[in-house]
This record gives sequence, structure tokens and C-alpha cells, in this order.
Amino acid sequence: MNIQVKINGKNVKSEIDADLLLIDYLRDNGCLSVKRGCETSNCGLCTVLMNGKPVLSCSVLAARADGSEIYTLEGLQKEAEEFGTFVANQGAEQCGFCNPGFIMNVIAMLRENENPTDDEIKEYLAGNLCRCSGYEGQFRAIKNFLAQRGAK
Amino acid sequence: MDTKFVNKPIMKKDAMALVMGKPVYLDDVAPKDCLIVKVLRSPHANAIVEEVKKDVALKVPNIECIYTWEDVPQNRFTMAGQTYPEPSPYDRLILDKHVRYVGDPVAIVAGSDEKSVDKALKMIKVKYKVLEPILDFRKSKDNDILVHPEESWKSLCPVGADNKRNLCASETCGNGDVEKVLSECDIVLERTYHTKANQQAMMETFRTYCYIDTYGRLNVLSSTQIVFHARRILSTALGIPKSKIRVTKPRIGGGFGAKQTLVAEIFPAFVTWKTGKPSKMIFTREESQIASTPRHEMEVTVRVGATKEGIIKAVDLYTLSNTGAYGEHGPTTVGLSGHKSIPLYGKVEAFKFAYDVVYSNVMSAGAYRGYGATQGIFALESAVNELSAKLGIDPVKIREMNMVREGDTMPAYYNETTNSCALDRCLEKAKNMINWNEKYPYKDMGNGKVRSVGVAMAMQGSGISNVDVGSATIKVDDDGLYTLLIGSADMGTGCDTILAQIAAESLECDIDNITVLAADTDSSPYDSGSYASSTTYVTGKAVCNACEKLIDIMKEEGAKALGLSVDEVDFDGKRVFGKDKEISTAELAVKSQCGTKTALEVTVSHSSPISPPPFMVGMVEIELDKETGHIDIIDYVAVVDCGTPINTNLARVQVEGGLGQGIGMALFEDVQYSEKGRMYNNSFMQYKLPARNDVGTLRVEFENSYEQTGPYGAKSIGEIVINTPSPALAHAVYNATGVYIHELPITPEKIVMGMIKNEN
Amino acid sequence: MLTINEYVKVKSLEEAYELNQKKTNRIIGGMLWLKMSTLRVQTAIDMSGLSLDNIEETDEEFKIGAMTTLRQLETNESLNNYTNGAIRESVRHIVGVQFRNSATIGGSIYGRYGFSDVLTMFLALDSYVELYKGGIVPLSEFAKMKADRDIIVNIIVKKKPLKCVYMSERISKTDFPVLAVCVSECDGKFIASVGARPARAEAITDCEGILSNGINAESAEKFGKYVTEKLNFNSNMRGSAEYREHLSKVLVKRAVMALGGK
Repeated sequence: MNIQVKINGKNVKSEIDADLLLIDYLRDNGCLSVKRGCETSNCGLCTVLMNGKPVLSCSVLAARADGSEIYTLEGLQKEAEEFGTFVANQGAEQCGFCNPGFIMNVIAMLRENENPTDDEIKEYLAGNLCRCSGYEGQFRAIKNFLAQRGAK
Repeated sequence: MDTKFVNKPIMKKDAMALVMGKPVYLDDVAPKDCLIVKVLRSPHANAIVEEVKKDVALKVPNIECIYTWEDVPQNRFTMAGQTYPEPSPYDRLILDKHVRYVGDPVAIVAGSDEKSVDKALKMIKVKYKVLEPILDFRKSKDNDILVHPEESWKSLCPVGADNKRNLCASETCGNGDVEKVLSECDIVLERTYHTKANQQAMMETFRTYCYIDTYGRLNVLSSTQIVFHARRILSTALGIPKSKIRVTKPRIGGGFGAKQTLVAEIFPAFVTWKTGKPSKMIFTREESQIASTPRHEMEVTVRVGATKEGIIKAVDLYTLSNTGAYGEHGPTTVGLSGHKSIPLYGKVEAFKFAYDVVYSNVMSAGAYRGYGATQGIFALESAVNELSAKLGIDPVKIREMNMVREGDTMPAYYNETTNSCALDRCLEKAKNMINWNEKYPYKDMGNGKVRSVGVAMAMQGSGISNVDVGSATIKVDDDGLYTLLIGSADMGTGCDTILAQIAAESLECDIDNITVLAADTDSSPYDSGSYASSTTYVTGKAVCNACEKLIDIMKEEGAKALGLSVDEVDFDGKRVFGKDKEISTAELAVKSQCGTKTALEVTVSHSSPISPPPFMVGMVEIELDKETGHIDIIDYVAVVDCGTPINTNLARVQVEGGLGQGIGMALFEDVQYSEKGRMYNNSFMQYKLPARNDVGTLRVEFENSYEQTGPYGAKSIGEIVINTPSPALAHAVYNATGVYIHELPITPEKIVMGMIKNEN
Repeated sequence: MLTINEYVKVKSLEEAYELNQKKTNRIIGGMLWLKMSTLRVQTAIDMSGLSLDNIEETDEEFKIGAMTTLRQLETNESLNNYTNGAIRESVRHIVGVQFRNSATIGGSIYGRYGFSDVLTMFLALDSYVELYKGGIVPLSEFAKMKADRDIIVNIIVKKKPLKCVYMSERISKTDFPVLAVCVSECDGKFIASVGARPARAEAITDCEGILSNGINAESAEKFGKYVTEKLNFNSNMRGSAEYREHLSKVLVKRAVMALGGK
């Protein structure tokens, strides 16, 4: 079947299988930041923005994304660099494999809620697993980022 | 410390690439058009493969090949990444007629696309002769059922292994007459503790890509911690010379020991070697959960003897370790359960440590952060906490009275002396940070909830003494920049950066002047690999030594150019100079490229006769719901002595990450099997890792000692950090409820049921 | 691995219904559970083009379209005002925001999963399932029905004077519940819905008027016991029957106390 998806601002037309998952479709289209960490919708590594909302691209059919607008970290490099620098300054990126999904969801969170409380941060990002950092360094990065943004 | 790059929060060299999602991992760099390799796995825990019908499956379009046990070499090998001769028994074949756990591979299928391979997998018909399995490791030793009855099984090292008794290893050691000292003690406490087969659960599953290069050699690009061991294992398994194999790694999405064992490598390597075509294997999360290399399940029985004043005089520790279907890391992990727990107590006059490591028909175990020390420390630290309660002495006080101190000899740690030990300062600081004296043992919150605290100490090693080798090649490049070649594997820990920091400090140059090239068997100098908390301490020292030697060469060459003797010149990072004359490193580099016979390059190997332990103290405050048993972590305080932290940020994140994993082990992660040996926890849905709202607040501080034998005083940090949560949390639960949980994980159900039992 | 041969984004409920009569076809909701299956689906029926992802409120009822996501339930102000925030509490632990942005109420209710927080929650309200052919069925009845080939169009919640409390015990914060409880006082009737026993949720009404003379520690405890005795509990990897029974008593009692503002 044929679909048309706006990936990171560009219209992409493709012929796909009905059961192609959005994650594989995106990776086939060069969005290699999108990672698969599990098959059970539990890890958050594959988070992308679909029509502005963070979703698990491993659990969405590419077919359903027909006509929608998708953003991956490839399309949000400026935000990734701005916030990512705070993560890197903590050494909290560690292996890095969960970073794209985590940063995607941080971006989504801050678009929904400019000044989240500590509990709101932890709850919003609870679906983003990280095995390296114990989360504390990621949390410091978010707090520092918010503080710096607030100071501006 | 007056340093520029060491003991500083330097950003990792690859950090920005990682946070911006650059394509640097295996499946990002493997080409799209390679064969997809998958394996058919046994549904039985113990069975003989009598017949494999693959003709129908072979007819599926796009299928390249299907291999079964008849197609593979018959050389047994171990997949454990260890220095040769490996202590782990040679008990594997690439595919075996005898399958020994649910998930053991039966056939390898390769095809040009995933769908076809999946289809072919379904069409292979296997006839099994199903045998009775051993699923309870307590019944394994000397059972009539043998997990490895085969004559070709062999053990290369004297570790007490005997496949005809289901023994992967067995030993007894000690110091002094433990029975005599115990008999003289006022109190002897005996307890048995049980820990489970936790999964490392790194976010990137096991994966490997292989191809044949221009020279007809097998190139293996893999997510591995052990490129050199991988080359040797592949050579043994495939029966081809090591010179025909190259192993490298891209960025790795986490390891924690999981990738210190070959897991995915062997299958695509075999396919590519046979077909000459590139291939890759990407493990699913389910495969990573059911067919990998988790922590060894252990049952540890401890007897601790003490005076009524609280002096711990004797420890008798017996560990039964479950290595599962194969023996990877079986003989070695178990040793740490005693050798890295008992030495925490410096007044022990006699100890005995015995163990059996047994085979059983569950997933084989492997190396996971902590490597046996975690299990032993849970047992011994819990026993000491129970002992304190019996004696009515504050458990912190007991530790202050008994803990190992700087300058002590540790009979249970191969008689090594603690040349650097700030455990006493760690305990003091942790106590103040959590406000122990006020909070111990508990406070009733008046709403059905109790807040309580718990404590544990821990140690580990820094590399394997007299075994691990780390090497560094450092060379001067154009413009006076340096390239550092190392064989260790950065798996996210940041060792590429840490070793560059050491080089920059030694060479007195900017860290950006150091290019790091790592973990390539063709170009790296030999390194045992990144495991056993060795890289900073062992390879880091090799880098130090290499830099010193390189400076000597630069001074010699500089002196020659300046017409001076070596004694007359000095080096300051930018130039060689003396007697008002100077030559810059850049000029030296130019000279080294024209009409010279001296290479501005040096390779140094290092190995340490000792393995200086890092030490730490963990203290936790929890809030416990007395009716539901629910636990919330309020505050976790960790104070660590890792010698000099080379990178203060990365050291901190190591601690926080290790605590996170330790909390998962303590409270959530529970591997359970069906009656037939099928694992229930085969996904992240059924094997719950801690999320960020599960870990509470982690507060980490350092109390540095200075380890003379380490680079800039450094010891290790990677593993020790996972050891305190289980005993500290069990202790806090006890202080809240009077229930001591002896089997991990500590679930609300165990707590409440224990409380109900105590009431009755 | 789930395989799908054809995908149809339907233009009408009739089209969806007709396609759904074939056993090898499947309606996809959020696809989160479906994806984990190894089903071989002939035609995937996608209703995401039918504008069923709205929560409509009238004076009498809430009408929640089958394709409404759990995240919409979580953030919908009037639903949460009506339920004293219980709806938010019932879904906020489910994996993560991304998951809840895809998972639908229709899929959750249709699946009648034992672990379902959503089913537990809505059983304590005056809820109905609007089926395309079968008409409007009380949720308590639907929950007991065997899965058939009809289609859920809306979930309807009748507005009644309501107080409501949701509680669950989870080993880790984003895990399935070991036990989930929703207690409501709906139009003067006390109802306790208990899910993840681990069987699917069932609602027990206070037929003996245990709470009708007021909520206090004693009546709350009695009601907890009453509800628990009427239900069966079993064991699975997250907890034993014994522990679940214990939790049921505790959580129902607590929810009742919270309902009474105590």
C-alpha cells in the first residue's frame, strides 16, 4: 500500500507492507536515532512525535501514520543539542542508547508543560527506561536546563 | 590534587554524538543488504534432537541456509570472555544434539529478509526425545540426571569441576580453625540467603554483524566488551586460525558484563564463514531475556560468630551457585561471594569459604556487574545486620568496631594488604548524610506508615591480579597531536575519555589533542577487555606508563635535534627544550616523517600483582506501608572510596547507575520459571526494571583514598556500586517490621506475609 | 510476530462491522496488546478516521469514543472533576505517557483484561458500552460477555451524584497492579470494583447497607471484608491469592475511608 508521511518536515511517499511498524519505516527512511529496546511497548526508546504527541513508534503501524506529521531527533537537532549538552555535562548520556527516546519525550513534556514539578517530570518520563544512569544525572540535566532557561 | 584533566568532570568525547542520536551503533552501521540470521530455540528444558526436517523451510523464498547440529564443528568451547586457559569449562557446541534449557538453539536460519526467516523458522519440524530436566539447583549435585553427560566435555583449569556430578566447580578454602573460633564465640548466627538470576538488561540487546574482507578474513563487528577473547573463542568454535578473524566494536548500548560473554557472535560468524556473505544477528529482547548470560543465582549460607561486645571473630560461608545449562563464568563468579565479602571484617580470626557450582536445565549464567560479590555481600551484610539485632548493638557501631582499615592484611582476600582504604571515612560520612543516629531504627509516621533506615558496606576488586593485561600504544601524529590505541571497550562507561584524560594529564596537553582508537584486534594492543573493574586501574596504568616512555623518546629525539644530551633537555607538553633552545612537538612530528629511523611511538603492557579493592557504604531510608507492605525509597546515600575518581562526573553516574540496578535487584527483578522450565520474565513487561519514579533520591559522595599502584591514585568503581542496595533495603525492611527477608526480591507480599506470621 | 496482510482505514462503522465479521480480520485500537501477539491478521481494520476519539459531555452523561486514548482520559478535566480525579489515578501508572497516547479505551474495555485498571475504574461508575449492533449494554454485563465480532462505538458514563476513589498496589510504579480497587458512592449506592485478582474486575454492591449508616473505621473494614468474601482470588507471578485477599480488604477499606473524607 502507499502512504505519505511528513517526516521531519519533508513529505515522503512510500509503498509499504500493511504490517510495517512505524519504527522500521522511520529507520528505513534514515531516522536511525529511533531505537528499539524491547518488543512490548515498555522501554520508550522508540519515542517519536506523531502529530505533536509522543508515541511509541514500535507500536504504531506505518499505515496508520499515513497523512500524519512525524518528528524524530533528526528533525529536532537544535533542541537535541541545547538540552543534550546538559545531559552530556552530567555524563548522564552513558551508553547513549536510550538518549534519543528520552530527549524526544523531554521535548514533548516541555511543550505540554513549560515548568514541570519534580514529580511531574518523574511521572511524565516514567516510560523512558535507562539502565545506565540511575536517572539521577538525567534529572539534574533537566533541572539545570529549566533553571538556565528560566534565567534567560 | 593539582591536575588539569584528572579528577575533573570532563565531557565524554562521544557525548554529543550520543545525545543527538547519531547513527553509531551496530544496527545503524550494518549495511541493509546483509543476511538476517536467527535461531530456532528449544521448547524443552532437556531433550535430544532426534530429527530436524528442514526441506520445507529451505524452500521458503530468500532463505540462504539452515544449519543444524550435524553441520557444525564438534570442538567444545566456552563463550565466557576470560583469559586463556579459561576457568569456564568447554561445554558448548555451536549447535548441540542435546538441548539443555528452554531457548537452547536447535537450528540457524539465514535469509535475505526478516519475514522470510521468520516464516522458515516456523516450518522447521523438529523431533525431540524429551528428557526429565533438573530445574531446582539444590537437587543438582550428584543427581542421576546429568546436564553434561558427554565425554567431550572438558575443564581446562583445576577448579573442582566434574560433569559426572553436575559440578562446574567446587572448592574449600580458609584460614585458621573456624570451628574452634566459632565454639569460643558468645553468639553464632546461621542464616541462608537466596539471590536470583538478574538480567543485565542493557538497552541495546546482543548483536553482531559479519563480513569477509578483501583478504578473505572474517570480520566481526559486535556489541562486545571483549574483542580479543571473542577472536579466540570464535577461532576455537569455528575451527579456523585466529589470523583469519578480526573483531571490532562500534559504540555499545550498555553491557554490565552481559557482553563479556559471546552471545550473538557465534551464529552470524558461522553463517558468514560458510556462505562468504555478510550477515547480522540482532537479538530480540525476548531472546536477551531467555537465552543470555544473567547473574548466577546463589544460595549463600553464612555462620557468623561474635563476642557479646560485638567483635566478629569467625565467618563460615558456603555458596551454592547455579550456572544453569552451561558453565560460563561459573567457576569464577562464585569465588567473589566469599573473597569479596569476608575481608570487609578486619577482626575475623578464622574463616572458611566453600562452594559448589552446579549445572541445571535453566538459562546459563554469566558475568553481571558485581560478579558474585553482590550475592555474597547481600548474605554477609544481612547476617551482620541480623547479628547486630540479636546483640542489641547499633549495626553502624558493629561496623565501626569490625571493619577493615587501611594497612590491614586481608587473609580472605589472598592476603593482600589494604594500601588505600577510606571505608571508615565512608561510613562516617554516610552516617552523617542520612542522619543515622536520629533515624535508626525507625519512626512511626502515625498513618500506618513507618520510616526506617538500613546500612551495608561493600568492596570489589580492581582488575584480576596477575591475570588481566591492559596495553596502550601512544604515538605522535602530525602537528604534535597524539593517537592513543587501546584494546579496552568503552560500553558507555566513558573509558575512551577516561584513558584520554590520563594521557592528556601525562603528556601535559589538551584532551582534544588525544585521538582514541579502541577495541580492534587488528590494530589495538592486547587488552583482556573491559570487565572485572579493570579498565581504569589496569589499562589506565598502561596509558600512564606508555606516556612516560613516549616522553622519553621525544626528549631523546628532541635532544638530538637540538644538539644536546638527553640530560640537558626537558619536556613541558608543547616542546622539548634546554639551554635556550627548543623544538616543538609539532616540529618533532615533522622530523619523524622525514629521513628518520625512530618511531615516535610506544606500546606498553601492564598487569598488576594486586587488585586493590574500592570500598563503599550505602544507607537507605524507606517508607513502608505496614498494611500493604509497599516500600518507597525516600533517600539513598552512598559514599564511595574509589581512590582518585579520574572523571568525577562519570564516577558519580557509575554510582547512581549501579544503585539503580541494585535497587531493581533488591525490589523488583525476579526470574521465575514454569514447571517445565519456561521463563515467565521474558520481556520488560514481565521483568520490571526500575523506572525513574521507583528509585527515590540517590545522593552520592566520595571519600578518596590514594592507591599508589593505580593511575593517579585510582582504583575501580564500575562494579562495587551494585552491592549495597539489597542488604541495605533488607535491613531497612527489618527495622520497619521485624521481618528479615532472606530471598530476593524483597516484595510487599513477602513483607506483609512475614508480618502476619510474626503476629501469630 | 504479528503479521498483517491488508490494512483498511474504514470510512464508516458499517464497513468496519462488515470487515470484522471475518475471523481472520481484526480491529486495531492502540495496537499495544495486539502487537505483542503472534496473530496472522488478514485485514487490519483501522477506525481512526471515524472521529471516535472524543469525550462528549452532556447534562446526563459522558460519551467517550472508543478510540479515545488513555492519556485523554487522564487529562480530561470534566471527567476527572466528576470522578474526583479517580480516572487519572487509574491510568497514570500504565507504562508511560507515550503508551497512554496510543492505548484506547475501546481496546482496553474490549480486551476485558484481568489486569485492566480501566475496566476496574469504569465498573465502579454507571457505565455502558455502546455496541454498533448490540446496542447499549451495561458495562458489568459486557465484562462478562464472551468476545464477539461486534464493535464498541462509545463508552457511556451516566452522570449520577458521585464520589469515587481509585487505589492500586503495584510492585513497581509502572507495573501491572497486584490488585486494583475502585470504590464509589454512585447515586447513593456503594460499589467496590476489584480488578487484577488476577481475574478481570468485578463490582460488588453494598447490598447489606454496611455503609448506609455512615463511614467509619469499623464499617469500612466490614465492607472490605464483605467485598473480599464475595470475590475469588488467584495466584500468578505478581502475587498469591492469599496476599491479594489481604490487599483487597485493606484497599477497599482505605478507599471507603478516603471516600468518607477520612
